Amino acid sequence: MISYNVDEKGYYGEFGGAYIPEMLYPNVEELRENYLQIMAEPGFKAEFDQLLKDYVGRPSPLYHAKRLSEKYNTKIYLKREDLNHTGAHKINNTIGQILVAKKLGKNRIIAETGAGQHGVATATVCALMGLQCIVYMGEIDIKRQAPNVARMKMLGAEVRPALSGSRTLKDATNEAIRDWINNPVDTHYIIGSAIGPHPYPDMVTRFQSIISEEIKWQLKEQEGRENPDYVVACIGGGSNAAGTYYHFLKEPEVGIIAVEAAGKGVNSGHSAATSKLGKVGVIHGCKTLLMQSPDGQITEPYSISAGLDYPGVGPMHAHLATSGRGEFFSLTDDEAMQAGYELAQLEGIIPAIESSHALAVLKEKKFKPEDIVVICLSGRGDKDLETYIDYFKL
Amino acid sequence: MNRIQQKLQEDKKILSIYFSAGYPNNNDTVSIIEDLEKNGVDLIEIGLPFSDPLADGPTIQESSTTALRNGMTTEVLFNQLKDIRATVSIPLIIMGYFNPILQYGVEAFCKKCAETGIDGLIIPDLPVDVYADEYQEIFEKYGLINVFLITPQTSDERIRFIDSVSNGFIYMVSSASVTGSQTGFGDTQSEYFKRIASMNLKNPQIIGFGINNAETFKQATEYAKGAIIGSAFIKYLTEEGTAKIADFVKALR
Repeated sequence: MISYNVDEKGYYGEFGGAYIPEMLYPNVEELRENYLQIMAEPGFKAEFDQLLKDYVGRPSPLYHAKRLSEKYNTKIYLKREDLNHTGAHKINNTIGQILVAKKLGKNRIIAETGAGQHGVATATVCALMGLQCIVYMGEIDIKRQAPNVARMKMLGAEVRPALSGSRTLKDATNEAIRDWINNPVDTHYIIGSAIGPHPYPDMVTRFQSIISEEIKWQLKEQEGRENPDYVVACIGGGSNAAGTYYHFLKEPEVGIIAVEAAGKGVNSGHSAATSKLGKVGVIHGCKTLLMQSPDGQITEPYSISAGLDYPGVGPMHAHLATSGRGEFFSLTDDEAMQAGYELAQLEGIIPAIESSHALAVLKEKKFKPEDIVVICLSGRGDKDLETYIDYFKL
Repeated sequence: MNRIQQKLQEDKKILSIYFSAGYPNNNDTVSIIEDLEKNGVDLIEIGLPFSDPLADGPTIQESSTTALRNGMTTEVLFNQLKDIRATVSIPLIIMGYFNPILQYGVEAFCKKCAETGIDGLIIPDLPVDVYADEYQEIFEKYGLINVFLITPQTSDERIRFIDSVSNGFIYMVSSASVTGSQTGFGDTQSEYFKRIASMNLKNPQIIGFGINNAETFKQATEYAKGAIIGSAFIKYLTEEGTAKIADFVKALR
């Protein structure tokens, strides 16, 4: 049977690995040698679980969305990561990584951010632990996401603009990596998605796997069975998706559905549909599917949702896409915006535009009335209000 | 014997210069190489530009971005270099990130290098472990030397491993940094240089990162076989253009 988890060399099938400059090797190696052991320590687990419960507010509800279910004539549950502290699933990972950083004796934290959600989640845990925090953010994103920049500052983080390249998420990631090269001893880099060199994709996935762990027992309580027929999540780099799928990867009866951002259309030239447009390549330290020119230069993605606006996809997801274990949809800005609006109207929940992409699959794929479909509502829409206002002329 | 190995046997300190192909102008590549050789440079690293150069500081990044905008591609570079061995005899190395090489096809790329008269490669984000497992045979088939980096943080054990896989020289990064961020060397560097020199590695070492004038070149080559200048040369090209390369090189030793 194919394994969908990482192997001992850090690969998911042909994807993954650690394609890093030698300058980063000691940092990444230190992490690789220690992360599983640290995560397995009873003291670590206890502190992680306690913070998730009392600080983040877990477990997040698994909510049976009755009116939405009625409309699509199937049984839909929403995994409410939007109700977490800071408003998204990102905090599950930053709590875990800040505890790892402390165990490794690091006192300086760096992170990259696109829309600012991961930056806010990192600044939050740094404030909580009293550690120095520097967040790299593309100069263009800083202008687009002013409220999140203010939140990070209020939480005590320094926000440094990435001025190189296209001045968005991929360049912020480059700058964070350069910072780590320049500060190899005292610094931990909290990557926010299931990307980067091994062990990052696996470590981030494990911290996010609390999502599927909870789905299992919550569904058992409500439906008398642990496995739904489908789990659905949106994918940029793919951290909420990795967490949503993790405990179902080896359950062949559970369909895995991924929704990536098609932007203005897969072939419009303004898209982030990596599974359709990407070719095998190396970005930010891992081999994965990657949007690039024939010459191997990384191309700039586009999506209305800043969280899905990434030219690659985590190596686990590249493997799910090429092996056929995952069913991938590429849905447009318009489809996502309509789905977000519909959720607000039917269920009284305003989703993040990232999560709206996952919801948009309901129009695209016909589920059976008896199917149980769990959709990860990865974040709330407060941060996107301005985009919704502009789009719907509210 | 490969031209790099031959050059390393000469009883002299090696002056190596890096520049980004296609910078300042797309067609400057060949004339820069010829000028550098004419003025006594021993070895040249030709940068194959990449959109996301992780290990480089702002100077080399910006020159790469400009080169890409100028129209530089892998194919264009090989076309520019196709007759280079008619005029140039010093060793030539292509330094580039892994993704463009992967897209060209690693074997096709190596074959083309061999046909063109390229002697070696430096691929900062292709780790030595992956190279040894997957690509070493291909490089050897085409007689190419692959050069690996070490840093002050690299463990002795890993340095020994890198030494065992290498067959040209070891690129010794002077300090924990991206390119172009250091000026001058202090005691920390001197100790590191001495430590590596005392390891008696089979491959000679050439020091890079932070070398920008005659003084730092002299300091670096006190302990190592040679030194590499990159960002400082690119800055000079930005300010002075390509007409006065002789002045830059002559000021170095």
